[in-house]
Amino acid sequence: MASNSAFKKVRLKTEPDEADLRQLAIGDVVYLDGTVYTAREGVYHRVVEQNVPLPLDLPAESGANFHCSPAAAITDEGEFRMGAVTATASFRFSKWIGQWLEKSGAKLILGKGGMSSKDYREHFVPHGAIYLTTVGYGTGALLGRGVRRVKNVHWREELGLAQAMWVIEVENFGPFIVESDLDGNSLFDRENAKISEGLSKVYEGTKPAVLKRFGETDDRSDELI
Amino acid sequence: MILLETIQETAMTLMDKAAIDIPEDYLSGLKRTAEVEDGDLSSFVLQAMLENYEAAKEDRRAMCGDTGCPRWYVKMANDANLEGGPVGLEAALRRATAEATNAIPLRPNRVHPLWRTDHDNNVGINAPEIEFAFEPEGDWIDLTTVHKGGLFGTDYRMLFPADGIEGIKRFFLDSLVAFGKRGLSCQPAIIGIGVGGSKDTCMVLGKRAACLRTVGDRNPDPRIAELEVEFKELGNSIGMGAMGFVGKSMVIDCHIEVGYCHTGGMQMSVHAFCLSSRRACARIHADGSVEYRTDPQWFTPYQRRETVEWPATAPSRKSA
Repeated sequence: MASNSAFKKVRLKTEPDEADLRQLAIGDVVYLDGTVYTAREGVYHRVVEQNVPLPLDLPAESGANFHCSPAAAITDEGEFRMGAVTATASFRFSKWIGQWLEKSGAKLILGKGGMSSKDYREHFVPHGAIYLTTVGYGTGALLGRGVRRVKNVHWREELGLAQAMWVIEVENFGPFIVESDLDGNSLFDRENAKISEGLSKVYEGTKPAVLKRFGETDDRSDELI
Repeated sequence: MILLETIQETAMTLMDKAAIDIPEDYLSGLKRTAEVEDGDLSSFVLQAMLENYEAAKEDRRAMCGDTGCPRWYVKMANDANLEGGPVGLEAALRRATAEATNAIPLRPNRVHPLWRTDHDNNVGINAPEIEFAFEPEGDWIDLTTVHKGGLFGTDYRMLFPADGIEGIKRFFLDSLVAFGKRGLSCQPAIIGIGVGGSKDTCMVLGKRAACLRTVGDRNPDPRIAELEVEFKELGNSIGMGAMGFVGKSMVIDCHIEVGYCHTGGMQMSVHAFCLSSRRACARIHADGSVEYRTDPQWFTPYQRRETVEWPATAPSRKSA
């Protein structure tokens, strides 16, 4: 097994300033301290498309948006019980992300699998935001251990438990890996490019299927997102 | 007579085990994979996952925040006698799914596909899926729950005899490469492949191959068994590892199931059962005793039956 000691590990607060983010390079490992909130398509649709005012003060309360629905429940007494937390794939939120960064002032987007380089260039870089990917996926139990408490749940009735905005206080919350930096470089892009170099050899001897499909590509360096 | 109370209690326990405890066969397979992984990032990811399984077990919390879509596979031996019959059994499994979702807790993943309504309990129209099968001998029932993630890593294609084994290989690679980028399919995974049947049975066979067979298990047809090993090695030679980083950890094992198909076609499906391969099983005996295990033992000779008659069936039993 390869050694893991090579990776720089960083503790980062959830309202980082530019200098905090500038020190991060793609591939660094990050643990978070502070407050993060979950927001995904349900929240984005309400805020960006329906112009519903945010239910909390952003980014004052938190600059870290987690693309996540927790494995959690609210008891009859109104207590929050949170077990595991893992991210959901972020590329699906591309159409909202620019306006969301504008409205929320988020500096950290936490999720699964990153977003496209186009999104980083057009939205993340101008807003001074970076993308941190969860590890695995998913290290739900490890992340669950980093949750100190649930501070609030917004729009639970309107959006259901999974899509509601969970505001959670975290400590040593991770691991995350820096996927995009302040300049919009992407770790996944770098890895994809390396892997693509060897793909034609792996496919050697195979032929395209007899029956084609619309939109089909034989360029394996293409991505589906 | 197997009592409904026993069924529901067992089902609750199974929901808990599936969500929290990584099955031993998958864990051993992943450890072997981690030992030979030389990509530094991929290796870091595998190490984090191994720590995560430990954390889940110690804390009794779900191993992944996406706790998948709970579903049930029920196998009834021919002489099993259930209180309330199969309809009572289904109700008990639906109750257990809803209650366990809150008790563990699991993520309430199941929503209406159009209106996005969430009952917050993983139960809804046609959910959870409950599939039935039978075995000729015995008076027990086997309950298996699988909580498979639902979004990436699965695909279907109508291939033709002219595509041949090379065509199957290509579609297998396509599925791994396409969904493996950025680790969307949460690899390394147990890959299940369905070949033949009709479109729906092809999907069912592939999914069961991924979710109901354990690491190291081989198809009884020696030529298919060879393909399973070959495809596992092929998948791990792509140059890609965990999270789509450079490496060689894509496939923990590959399982292929086949069904007779239309003479002109060669349907193929691919299914990836992720890093959190959630499955748990129990046998409930007629005396109410319960044995837990992680191997569903689903694909018996009877499940793969290919003839009209099965030797141990009805006539002798009728006269008894």
